[in-house]
Amino acid sequence: MQPLKEGERAPDFFLPSTPDQRVSLHELRGRPVVLIFYPADWSPVCSDELALYDELLPEFKDLGVQLIGISCDGVWCHLAFAKDRKLRIPLLSDFEPKGAVSRVYGAYDEKTGESKRALFVIDAEGVVSWSDVLPVGLNPGADGVIAALERLAKREPEAAR
Amino acid sequence: MNPALTLPVSARDHAQGPESAPLTMVEYGDYQCPYCGAAFPVVKRIQKRLGDDLRFVFRNFPLTRAHPYAEAAAEAAEAAGLLGKFWPMHDVIFKNQAALTPESLLMWARRLGLEDKDLAATFGRPEILRKIKEDRMSGLRSGVNGTPTFYINGARYEGPYNDEYLLDALGAALREARAPR
Repeated sequence: MQPLKEGERAPDFFLPSTPDQRVSLHELRGRPVVLIFYPADWSPVCSDELALYDELLPEFKDLGVQLIGISCDGVWCHLAFAKDRKLRIPLLSDFEPKGAVSRVYGAYDEKTGESKRALFVIDAEGVVSWSDVLPVGLNPGADGVIAALERLAKREPEAAR
Repeated sequence: MNPALTLPVSARDHAQGPESAPLTMVEYGDYQCPYCGAAFPVVKRIQKRLGDDLRFVFRNFPLTRAHPYAEAAAEAAEAAGLLGKFWPMHDVIFKNQAALTPESLLMWARRLGLEDKDLAATFGRPEILRKIKEDRMSGLRSGVNGTPTFYINGARYEGPYNDEYLLDALGAALREARAPR
């Protein structure tokens, strides 16, 4: 399945971020959201990628953006991983039913049973404004995401503020 | 397609080598990053080897979450830069990556002959913080995905950080720059 493309509505989700908290996409409306799908906690490239995005939180904050990580790992795994790597980005667990959200975004790998490495920039109204699926072994960097967010900020000078 | 350098090299940058050099290599680096530390002598050898054919530029990309002293070291190098000692400070920091506490940084600055009163007036100046932020943002826009990340004549270098591979890539860029159009 192809990943959701620019102009498509981003499907809502309601996924656990901790054993007793859930996050939905609709509650984040009003500002852009970056969804970072990644294959697995603990794997070296994912950790580098998330560490980079976590490092860049001040810059994303300046752009008025919320970052969200999503993988099929369970909440306890996410908790241990986030604590170990000192991550501040919320990590959502697409664990049960397994990969359901990754699938509707076209970011699920049927062969490995993991989320693909995929990035979605969603605008303040919940519409996909940019997406990219990357090779699993590659740390993508943030240039594509930043460029998409800057285009958004230009398009919606009011909404971005 | 390799990401490209989005902020062209200009007078805002710290550069070694002639402006007219056919090769410009930009490094986005973190003073506390061990890989940048390992790349430091490689860059020095390459500079020696290529001489006036190469202009080398260093921009800050401190990964402050992983490296608690990276930001302080970047600020110290920029502060020394305002006092005319950027490259000596840059070098001494990379040669002493194990000692980058604020006290150590001050000691290195003093050893370069910088005076306490000048340092006190320079450290922490808002323009230094702005510059580091601008460096980082320009790196982000250019596809920096870790440190060090190198750009050769504006294109991101994807190979390993050793003499052989870097010289290969630089040689190819040099031939391209000199090819008749």
